[in-house]
Amino acid sequence: MLNHSRVPPDSASVATASGPSVPALREMARRLRRHVITMTAAAGSGHPGGSLSAADIVAILYFKVMRHDPANPQWEDRDRFILSKGHSAPVLYAALAESGYFSMEQLSTLRKPGSCLQGHTDRNLTPGVEMTAGSLGMGLSFGIGVALAARLDHRGYRTYVLLGDGECQEGQTWEAALSAAQFKLDNLTAIVDYNEMQLSGWTREIMNLDPLDKKWQAFGWHTIDTDGHDYDQILAALQEARSTRGKPTAIIAHTVKGKGVSFMENNVRFHGKAPTPEEAERALRELS
Amino acid sequence: MTAEASTREAYGNALVELGKRDPNIVVLDADLSPSTMTRFFAEAFPDRFFDCGLEEQNMIGIAAGLAASGKTVFASSFAIFASCRCFDQLRMCLSQMELNAKVVASHSGITVGEDGGSHHAVEDLALYCSLPGFTVVVPSDAVETAEAVKVAASTPGPFYVRLSRPRTPLVHSEGYHFTLGKAVVLRPGKDVTIIAIGVMVAKALEAAKVLAKEKIDCQVASMPTVKPLDEGFVLQAASDTGSIVVAEEHLAHGGLGSRVAQVVAREKPVPMCFVNLGDRYALSGKPEELLQTCGLTADGVAAAVRAAVQRK
Ligand SMILES: Cc1ncc(C[n+]2csc(CCOP(=O)(O)OP(=O)(O)O)c2C)c(N)n1
Repeated sequence: MLNHSRVPPDSASVATASGPSVPALREMARRLRRHVITMTAAAGSGHPGGSLSAADIVAILYFKVMRHDPANPQWEDRDRFILSKGHSAPVLYAALAESGYFSMEQLSTLRKPGSCLQGHTDRNLTPGVEMTAGSLGMGLSFGIGVALAARLDHRGYRTYVLLGDGECQEGQTWEAALSAAQFKLDNLTAIVDYNEMQLSGWTREIMNLDPLDKKWQAFGWHTIDTDGHDYDQILAALQEARSTRGKPTAIIAHTVKGKGVSFMENNVRFHGKAPTPEEAERALRELS
Repeated sequence: MTAEASTREAYGNALVELGKRDPNIVVLDADLSPSTMTRFFAEAFPDRFFDCGLEEQNMIGIAAGLAASGKTVFASSFAIFASCRCFDQLRMCLSQMELNAKVVASHSGITVGEDGGSHHAVEDLALYCSLPGFTVVVPSDAVETAEAVKVAASTPGPFYVRLSRPRTPLVHSEGYHFTLGKAVVLRPGKDVTIIAIGVMVAKALEAAKVLAKEKIDCQVASMPTVKPLDEGFVLQAASDTGSIVVAEEHLAHGGLGSRVAQVVAREKPVPMCFVNLGDRYALSGKPEELLQTCGLTADGVAAAVRAAVQRK
């Protein structure tokens, strides 16, 4: 198990700070992806595609960048990760289990009656989950409230909100974008998992978002385009977000939906469908 | 003439009092602070006030994030925008997350007046009462508003408090103590019980006076806490007076009338009549004119009482 840290990484340079090396983080992301496959296959339903595209970002946040304490999920100074695209719950649950918020065995209870692992995230049931989500478009607003509270209480924690690109079609996302800039929330970072796909096809064909970075800029944000599977780039982007003053930062992370499993990559079928047992086996072989 | 006072001014003043005592109180508004009277708080505590602009959905999400971080949050707008426009946000962010945020909305019902149907919040109680965990309060006057706001601040969980635009008659005197979840008997009587909320409380009291001359002895109660409902009082009223009339400035479905009827039908069926806005929207007009047109008057209540008593 990788160690999470209660100590802020050296803010001068996250990328070279002590803590897990890039290969170790990559290995963690591979484990998260395996959990996603196993969990959704066992549940017989769920959304693997958007979990796999976000796995590298989530691994870096939970095992390198964020200060958090699995033994004390309510620690007041913890950095907050808000999964706005609540259907990607499996990758978050995997990261929480690997961090030690709950046992690894619990992952197999996903979506089952009585489980603390709901189909979409529920903050009142799952230790470590910050927000109940599932109706898309609400997470950035919630993150603004959390970031404002940090400012009011003079706390140094940072708030990270992970959004889908399809989710950026929701009007509320842009209400929130306006207000985060208005409130000058430089302790808030939005990360868009820009896998270019939504539920039923290519984002560009259904409701185009390009140029997405220009849109966030026009709303008053600092933006960073990054390859969402390149560890050095993601780490550098998070560092740049941390050192940007006076405005919030949006990291547009270019990703591949279904990343890591050849037949799931860029395959809209696996947006909201679990792999069959045979598909799961093939996927796990690829991820071994 | 009875004295009148503004419920929203009472709210604004109460917020300032709360702000002085509790540094944890944060107030949000959506470009309506001069009307909802959160501006009093904004002037007194600018660091703890955030104008979210015309972004009601965003405002509810922000309220949730603040509440999840330990703040006691008040969020205000007009009742129509604080209910219909952000219902999914209320459901996900406040009801499902069970967070400590209070939506206090002014300009409810048709007494908004001249702005017309677009601005008349007449389905808000149905919406809010449908949400698990929400406490829904409709103060009868300015005195009760100030009390209810303080109780909301000190009671964990999501609240909806429904206020009016015009000044409304005072039915309580200074020193009145508000108890959450309890009906308030304003006049004893044995033939029928009128249960009213908001602006209809004063109308119900007027109706009772008229009916007394006809030898119909009305018990009049306000039901400031619409949810959770004081079921004990409703059942007692059904037993003691044998008929019930419910009067509210709301559409027929899903408001106080529906809630009282559900309890009565389940445990103690007695004749009931309802004074409300039926199943249609009102138009522009002065508040009193609209109440008149829609039958939300002392006469309207009296007619409903006669009908209910006749069926006993
Ligand atoms: C408000 C709302 N509308 C519709 C849905 C159904 N839905 C779930 S996921 C999804 C597509 C999301 O696409 P994106 O944000 O790009 O997510 P990703 O591709 O990263 O999985 C839709 C339409 C929803 N959950 N919420």
